[in-house]
Amino acid sequence: MPGMTITEKIMAKNSGKAHVSPGENVWVNVDILMTHDVCGPGTIGIFHEKFGRSAKVWDKDRVVIIPDHYIFTADDKCHRNVQILRDFVREQGLKYYYDPEFVKNEPGMPSPYKDPTKTNYKGVCHKALPEEGHVRPGEILLGTDSHTCTAGAFGQFATGVGNTDAAFTLGTGKTWLKVPPTMKFTFHGQIPPYLTAKDLILAVIGEIGVAGATYQTMYFAGEGISSLTLEDRMTLTNMAIEAGGKNGVCDVDEKTLQYVRHRSTRPNWEVFRDDADAQYCYQRQWDLATLEPLVAKPHSPDNRDTAHNCRSVKIDRAYIGSCTGGKITDMIFSASILKGNKVKVPTFVVPGSTEVHADMKRLNLRGVPKDTNEKSIEDILLDAGCKVGPSGCSACLGGPADTFGRLNGSEVCISTTNRNFPGRMGSPTSAVYLASPLTVAASALTGHVTDPREYVTQPIETGTAGVL
Amino acid sequence: MENIIRGKAFVLGDNIDTDQIIPAKFLAYNPSDPAERKFFGMYAMNGVPAGQTGLPAGNIPFVRPNEFKSEFTIVIGGKNFGCGSSREHAPLAIAEAGARVVIAEFYARIFFRNCVNGGYLVPCESVQRLVEKVHTGDELVVDLAQCTVTNETRKATYELKPLGDVKPIIEAGGVFEYARMAGMIKR
Repeated sequence: MPGMTITEKIMAKNSGKAHVSPGENVWVNVDILMTHDVCGPGTIGIFHEKFGRSAKVWDKDRVVIIPDHYIFTADDKCHRNVQILRDFVREQGLKYYYDPEFVKNEPGMPSPYKDPTKTNYKGVCHKALPEEGHVRPGEILLGTDSHTCTAGAFGQFATGVGNTDAAFTLGTGKTWLKVPPTMKFTFHGQIPPYLTAKDLILAVIGEIGVAGATYQTMYFAGEGISSLTLEDRMTLTNMAIEAGGKNGVCDVDEKTLQYVRHRSTRPNWEVFRDDADAQYCYQRQWDLATLEPLVAKPHSPDNRDTAHNCRSVKIDRAYIGSCTGGKITDMIFSASILKGNKVKVPTFVVPGSTEVHADMKRLNLRGVPKDTNEKSIEDILLDAGCKVGPSGCSACLGGPADTFGRLNGSEVCISTTNRNFPGRMGSPTSAVYLASPLTVAASALTGHVTDPREYVTQPIETGTAGVL
Repeated sequence: MENIIRGKAFVLGDNIDTDQIIPAKFLAYNPSDPAERKFFGMYAMNGVPAGQTGLPAGNIPFVRPNEFKSEFTIVIGGKNFGCGSSREHAPLAIAEAGARVVIAEFYARIFFRNCVNGGYLVPCESVQRLVEKVHTGDELVVDLAQCTVTNETRKATYELKPLGDVKPIIEAGGVFEYARMAGMIKR
């Protein structure tokens, strides 16, 4: 029998088999199931309908509920949806729930939300899952969100599911999966200072197209991937879904283990590697020194071009945020370009999580705790004229009309987010360019799409940001 | 599962993503509440750019303004139908509007899985591309047993790919019904 990939080995382990092959359908045990405020109410409804009103979840310590999508809005239905999550958490006795507490008329916060720095609210689920210790190598994570694939950066199998699948897993702890074939993307060399993982994944998606990895695993390998921070690897695996991928996965190394040891809520996990004779359905290699800063032009993540070629495109807005581009290292990348300058277009910054936001206040531009007289990352962004909003999914997916940063007209926006489908960030007449935080920050300074090589002259240190 | 499904066609292009099928601003409705669920029908395909809705003419709404049901039963799409988010609201919205079948060249996997496991729609794959062969409003007959779709307006029959591994789940009506029949969960 041929060797197995990481994904195949995880599926074999969780289905109790010695060996699995691509194309095989297996019933697997799920390690963690995550849901949020948009898909949670529907999932809970199906769970009650199918298993009965008094049914219990299969394991109350393996269900994680993270409200993040429609928070900090005045929309009553969104408040009601959070209440449905709370009622379910109480009914089931769930351990891991991160509530955006409601209060009346908190100064400076859109009513009725309490200041998130004073609550257990975390922000975007894909950032909060590893932060709160729910992501481990070798496990299977399902989430009712397509960007659940982000967690593959930690050497696990993670994928998005719908409400019905999630409800089924809630009651049984299982799901059926078809074992995917693996595509291997190898990056040689070290990441240059003017690139981030966003450029790498836009290169991949531009190459294979938005359906190029449909039903397949995207495995990111090589010393180029080892040279990335764990957060930047999350940017790669996060956008596997933008090529149609079932999951994205990276090798586990000391960076992964350091993070997981520090955070995991469970003591044990298993690290898998591809066998030397593992089978790949596709292979492609890149030399990082030959890659340029890229953008995805409207209205598709595979509409690849270089930032340089798009330099005549005027922008009305810049947006830095989301599970893709709202991590603390993304904030350092942006701030290192914005430092001492003023943005030319309205620039909205949304920390991916409350931990990211706290780190933006705690750390300096080198990613280490700041001295009292030093500027924080947030200070630098505010000094440059950015507007900083509360953590959450915010305008990445448009959301309710009063969402922070939402495109409500015919704006052209350059964004660190993951999708530029028609109307994705709000108005159907808006247009979105996807780019790295470096390219977005450089463009915010000039008012047109700008190659960050005009601003980046030396390596950007990120210190212990996003690690400890 | 009925083997014969007939009705009017509604034609769309390639890469119809879930933000086009049901824009995010409508996701605050709770699909488990019958009074709210019907709004997913009202807003199905609300995000498809006007010129691309109801091909080849365009500007044909899937559901007329302020109505909950569509006059169209069979949706025709191109490549990568249902790409984007995992929102189950997408197949639910199309089904809630009254459509029964989607025929595309191929699907984004989460959308396909949601159609099957939730028992909302039959996601058929056509052997050849039908986007330019079928016009919105054409009368179609889908025969799931024979794996064909016949365009009665234009007198042509096209082949569909067999449903394969997922056929038993579709026939059962969804993953819960399938698992009950298989004895995996209690009846």
